[in-house]
Amino acid sequence: MSDLLEYAVRKLIIGAFVVFVVTVVLFCIMQLMPGDPIQLISNPRIPPEKIAELKKHWGLDKPVYVQYFYWLFHILQGDFGTSITTGQKVITLIKARLPYTLLLAGGSLIFQYIIAIPLGLMAAYKEHSIFDSMVVVSTIIFWSIPSFWLGILLILIFSLKLKLLPVSGYDGLSSLILPLMTATLPNLASTLRLTRSEVLEVLREKYVSTAYAKGLSEKRVLIFHVLRNALIPVTLMFFLYLPWTVGGAVIIETIFSWPGMGRLLWTAISSQDFPVVQGIIFIIAILTVVSNIAGDIITACLDPRIRAEIRGES
Amino acid sequence: MEDALLSVKNLSVVFKTTSGTVQAVDDVSFDVKEGEIFALVGESGCGKSTTAMSIMRLVPKNCTITGGQIIFRGKDLVKLKEKEMSSVRGKEIGMIFQNPLDSLNPVYPVGIQVSEAVLLDRVPRDEAWKKVVEIFKDVKIPDPAERVRSYPHELSGGMRQRVMIAMMLSRNPKLLIADEPTTALDVTIQAQILEIIKDLKDTFGTSILVITHDFGIVAELADRVAVMYAGKIVEIGSVLQIFEKPRHPYTQLLMEALPKITKKQGRLKTIPGSVPNLYELPAGCSFHPRCPKSMEICSKIAPQLKKAGEGHFFLCHREG
Repeated sequence: MSDLLEYAVRKLIIGAFVVFVVTVVLFCIMQLMPGDPIQLISNPRIPPEKIAELKKHWGLDKPVYVQYFYWLFHILQGDFGTSITTGQKVITLIKARLPYTLLLAGGSLIFQYIIAIPLGLMAAYKEHSIFDSMVVVSTIIFWSIPSFWLGILLILIFSLKLKLLPVSGYDGLSSLILPLMTATLPNLASTLRLTRSEVLEVLREKYVSTAYAKGLSEKRVLIFHVLRNALIPVTLMFFLYLPWTVGGAVIIETIFSWPGMGRLLWTAISSQDFPVVQGIIFIIAILTVVSNIAGDIITACLDPRIRAEIRGES
Repeated sequence: MEDALLSVKNLSVVFKTTSGTVQAVDDVSFDVKEGEIFALVGESGCGKSTTAMSIMRLVPKNCTITGGQIIFRGKDLVKLKEKEMSSVRGKEIGMIFQNPLDSLNPVYPVGIQVSEAVLLDRVPRDEAWKKVVEIFKDVKIPDPAERVRSYPHELSGGMRQRVMIAMMLSRNPKLLIADEPTTALDVTIQAQILEIIKDLKDTFGTSILVITHDFGIVAELADRVAVMYAGKIVEIGSVLQIFEKPRHPYTQLLMEALPKITKKQGRLKTIPGSVPNLYELPAGCSFHPRCPKSMEICSKIAPQLKKAGEGHFFLCHREG
């Protein structure tokens, strides 16, 4: 296990480096943006001494790299600055929105996996059956539907025609259903296809024949031997999807006026509220790095061959 | 007729592929008697593995048993339901496969995989574990108490094959099917594995059906042997009969192709041509295009089995 810990630490160091690069890029973008904040808040009648004083007050008279470290220091303390449009602290804005995004993205991922794993297993086990063909065809359909169109269609059917569910906003769990469906269906299709093809691959393995030859029941072979191996890449994909699902929430949150981080990002981009944009992108970057590392470590826990490789490296 | 433990009667197996159907096993009959080692020999693609997999009812989905019976201790395995079949597998018939790396699940320690078989016989957990260590000792795995915790990738090919044998031995089956048990192994390891298989037969009285392409293994192990070509058994008899006087031209050529230490020099003999395409089998005797002794009749009429001696039969128009 100590090998695994060392591996995790190594991954974290690399991850920290990636985050560092992201902060540099973010800071550069901020520097390259046209306009000067001092000019924005002052006018030509203010004397130059006053402007110099203001620059000194905001630290803008220092060299760029000093400004960068000053900014980085604040970011690491969770201080992303203030929103230009609302004047609120960026971190307060994100903190208020993040739970809603996690609810939507996390809920969508969990639903995807709960549905995809048993269906994928059954479809592969009964390959070429009617059930399998239905699964394959419906995954192609769902995967091809763009989520903005699906969202609007669902609103049209369930909210406007049937008047069963709220159109948009957040008003209790019933508001969650439509955005959750919109976020889940297309990704469900790809997870289902992945599970199916992984199970099919494992079913062809010789050790499955061995498991049967031992005298194990069909159920035991499928769950203990087939699914256990097929789930390794499927689990890894869960962690790779996680940041994508959060990033992908931008469109869905905008359609449903969902009070999450995605919509905050959308409004911030449209009003050029760059401290907010930076804050959110920074959070998504961290999420990406962390979930990648988590995926690597969990895969290593699931697969002894990967653990052996790790041992070989260190 | 002596009491046959397994008797395969007129077995026919068909593969359905996108390019048509293939008769992989064609009217194959043989017996495996109590306590004997029976070898099924042939080139790759001759249907010997499919025959073995049919006995276990582990053929791929695109493959069906179209005719014949597989009688094992009075039961016709072809007619058993999947559930009944799983109580025959492992408990009454065990099977080991060609490549021992692919045959073990990579994510579980080997001891767990063997104990999974033992636990099927309703043995308490701690006893099962003790039994696994015991069987590991039987198949001569060094440090058995340590090795049970190893993962397959941590073991050598020979060790993995021993684990496979231990796994299939753990439930004391009456019959063990060994499909090319030594093909993927080094020569020295091969000898050790063959030794273990022989011991097995002597100590536990297990009957063994060996599938191989190697007449060396046949000579080493088997009591009786059947030679397969293009889905058919072309010659069947005791090892003595067949080594002394092979009657079918194919068997004769296989014998000549064996490397001999006594011969001083020269290249190894080979059989001209290659295994026929099962989609377009030649008319008459399937071997006639490669046969040095073929006659006109061979390309027209399929030969019938002829008796050459007590329990010795061959499939040829010539008198051998």
